[in-house]
Amino acid sequence: MRGSALAVVVAALSVASAPAFAQEFNVTIRDHAFEPQEIRVPAGKRVSIYVSNEDASAEEFESPALKVEKIIPGKSKGLVRVGPLAPGRYEFFGEFHPNTAKGVVIAE
Amino acid sequence: MFGALIIVFREVIEAGLIIGIVLAATRGVSGRGHWVLTGVLAGTLGAGIVALFAEAIANAFEGAGQELFNASVLGAAVVMLMSHTAWMARHGREMAVELAAVGAAVTGGKRPMTALAAVVGLAVLREGAEVVLFLYGILAAGTSSGSLFLGGTLGLAAGAAFTALTYYGLISIPARHIFTITTVLIALLAAGMAAQAVQYLDAAGLINVLSGQLWDSSPWLPQDGIVGRILHALIGYTDRPTELQLITYLAILAVMAALTWLAAPARRAHARSV
Repeated sequence: MRGSALAVVVAALSVASAPAFAQEFNVTIRDHAFEPQEIRVPAGKRVSIYVSNEDASAEEFESPALKVEKIIPGKSKGLVRVGPLAPGRYEFFGEFHPNTAKGVVIAE
Repeated sequence: MFGALIIVFREVIEAGLIIGIVLAATRGVSGRGHWVLTGVLAGTLGAGIVALFAEAIANAFEGAGQELFNASVLGAAVVMLMSHTAWMARHGREMAVELAAVGAAVTGGKRPMTALAAVVGLAVLREGAEVVLFLYGILAAGTSSGSLFLGGTLGLAAGAAFTALTYYGLISIPARHIFTITTVLIALLAAGMAAQAVQYLDAAGLINVLSGQLWDSSPWLPQDGIVGRILHALIGYTDRPTELQLITYLAILAVMAALTWLAAPARRAHARSV
């Protein structure tokens, strides 16, 4: 039972990730700030944002607007999948350094 | 320092609320402190391990490992809350009526405490890993980390105080109502957790249906503010819910209500046979 459930999950995962044509974008965290601070993505499409954390400390990439909450450990890279988005501005921030780590996704 | 306090406090609100509710729901149960403490310690230990392997978890399943992990932890907690609710529907009434007998009833059954201790452990595990990574980041930064670390620690203390506030707030409710109120709170907790879990599955790329946004109440009550966070933890408040989240939320509430009704006749039959 547990094995078959796992098989379903794995199968679903491979189906979900097979059409990996999602457009890719990159953002870097350096000195607790995002670079670039503005990411322009196509509206109405699923997009992948790779977040590289070059700091030694972890950051949490958070955005209620994008419905994302993801820990990016220090000196590592994380993948954030968003969309499809309606045209507009979607703010995001680093929860561990909210004063400096701010950015916005612009869907157009 | 104050910034670090707020960050840590925000992270521990959810676990704090859950522990407060569990303690209130099990008032009078012998050995519950032991169970809850076990849950907290196991969760903390697990959080340390998760923090240690955070990068490996994040990169598993084509970068969706963290989302799948969170969805699994939330899903497991929902199942535990369901099993607790079904058990309470069968045995709860006599407990609420005769509070003194609660200890014996639950010690005989054991189940609700193991299920609730697991819920506590899972909540601490999920949020604790973030706190561990945050505090570790402060320590790793070295210079002038002292006051930040103190702030983080005070944030944890504030979380513990919040747990106490939740608990004493709940137990000030008259005993004959507390069973109903904790049952409703646990149903809302489970519904909110399930709605969160489906959003993680969406973020993982596993589900891509009904992802349209229903409303946006963030200008009035932002989910990332303190009040929004508390409501998020307590009743699953989401300022920008998707269709699937609302459907899941209502479905889980319906399941919790059904479990309460379905399990109740068994209790009556049991009472007659005795």
